[in-house]
Amino acid sequence: MDMNVLRGLMTVLAVILFIGIYWWAFSKHRKQAFDEAAQLPFVEDMNASAAKTYKDQQL
Amino acid sequence: MITLEANSPYNYTVVRQFAIATVLWGIVGMAVGVLIAAQLIFPALNFDTPWLTYSHLRPLHTNAVIFAFGGCALMGTSLFVVQRTCQARLISDGLAQFVFWGWQLVIVLAAVTLPMGLTTAHEYAELEWPIDLLIAVVWVTYAYVFFGTITKRKSPHIYVANWFYGAFIITTAVLHIVVSLEVPLSAWKSYSVFPGAIGAMVQWWYGHNAVGFFLTAGFLGMMYYFVPKQSERPIYSYRLSVVHFWALIGIYMWAGSHHLHYSALPDWAQSVGMIFSLMLLAPSWAGMMNGILTLSGAWDKLRTDPILRFLIVALSFYGMSTFEGPMMSIKTVNALSHDTDWTVGHVHSGALGWVAMLTIGAMYALIPPLFGKIKMYSTKMIYWHFWLSTIGVVFYIVSMWIAGVTQGLMWRAVNPDGTLTYSFVESLKATYPYYGGRLIGGAMFLTGMLLMAWNVYKTVSSDNDKVVAPVPQAA
Repeated sequence: MDMNVLRGLMTVLAVILFIGIYWWAFSKHRKQAFDEAAQLPFVEDMNASAAKTYKDQQL
Repeated sequence: MITLEANSPYNYTVVRQFAIATVLWGIVGMAVGVLIAAQLIFPALNFDTPWLTYSHLRPLHTNAVIFAFGGCALMGTSLFVVQRTCQARLISDGLAQFVFWGWQLVIVLAAVTLPMGLTTAHEYAELEWPIDLLIAVVWVTYAYVFFGTITKRKSPHIYVANWFYGAFIITTAVLHIVVSLEVPLSAWKSYSVFPGAIGAMVQWWYGHNAVGFFLTAGFLGMMYYFVPKQSERPIYSYRLSVVHFWALIGIYMWAGSHHLHYSALPDWAQSVGMIFSLMLLAPSWAGMMNGILTLSGAWDKLRTDPILRFLIVALSFYGMSTFEGPMMSIKTVNALSHDTDWTVGHVHSGALGWVAMLTIGAMYALIPPLFGKIKMYSTKMIYWHFWLSTIGVVFYIVSMWIAGVTQGLMWRAVNPDGTLTYSFVESLKATYPYYGGRLIGGAMFLTGMLLMAWNVYKTVSSDNDKVVAPVPQAA
């Protein structure tokens, strides 16, 4: 096969891969998982303020 | 706002160390920058000492601000973010300490060898081979600590900030090892294994991806944690962040050859670099909009929170410089901008506007809780710092735009008989006033950093009730 055909195919594959990632990221069944992941920066602070409230009750 | 648990299960010691080191190295690196900016106006400022000449101090400035200031900020925040978002303590405290002290040793060795003139002459990879080996060992250890901690995570998800930090860590390792393939001649002299145009391509594949993965992907990781955190809202679109990630890392890798337009590099390779640079606009702006729109519905926070201002203005500068970059990669634009101070202005709009202002914002958010305080000692000082930085960057980049375009136009001007209209010295003379503008802008930025150092010192050492957290934080 001509090297340039291979190069062209690689480009097409890369485009398909990108569209695939896009489709996957925006598909409905990923929504819940992504929503959960988006909350991860706040999890530790919730733990911290829970711990603080508990401590306040102790006092 | 970040709240830390009393008796926290995590390793914050190494984060504290890196946070303080970030502020210190920022001041050192920027002070050297201000000095060499002044040398371009007043050459006598090299005091006729070889160690203090522009050629020896310039790599010291770039290495200090990128790898010492930026590096400590990235290592410190990544080790903080990975623990908090994975809810897992670092996989090894001892190795984390090795990473911190190893990296400080690299910085000190750079600060000694570069002024001595020991250099490989690879831009942003100037350090000689023994230091390269040390960097490789420290970096692989850092990768082990970071990814090892991810393997211990409680949630099945890996938060997007960690993806960006992870890409930064892996790619920097690959880039560093490949560009440092060199044959040692003596203890402090080596030659690269790559010859001629291949060497040039390897150099700018390295150089541009140092920008793409060290100064962009790493700091995007920082952005994806600290912008949601400081605005107390989840990121605008998590799905967009996933597409942003894959598009950015997929495209950046191919853009480096735009540094070699009209060189001995094959024409097609130059065009590839230009096309990929133009495409980069899309993921770059996706990331910028994702960060900025996180504030939608809560824009009023910008009025009262100077830390958030730092973060959002950083994103605005990111948007500006990632628009400017693709434009400058167009061959015909590059014919005007190449080798002029326009390039220097572009780099600083990214480095000061994006990297430094984001880091400063993240540090103001991070340092009080790390040291058991509610907030920084002086909020007023943060406002001052914010305006000094913002106006300083604008002064800097506007000066360099005018200087660069002036140089480009003067260098290409020809008389009807084909001879050059201007000599080089005439273009240099025309640049002089703008070097003054740049010096003022840089000095303002440095002044802001000095205010920050004072504020950090007062915060850390303060026992004022308004600053100290009610729940004491275990060491």
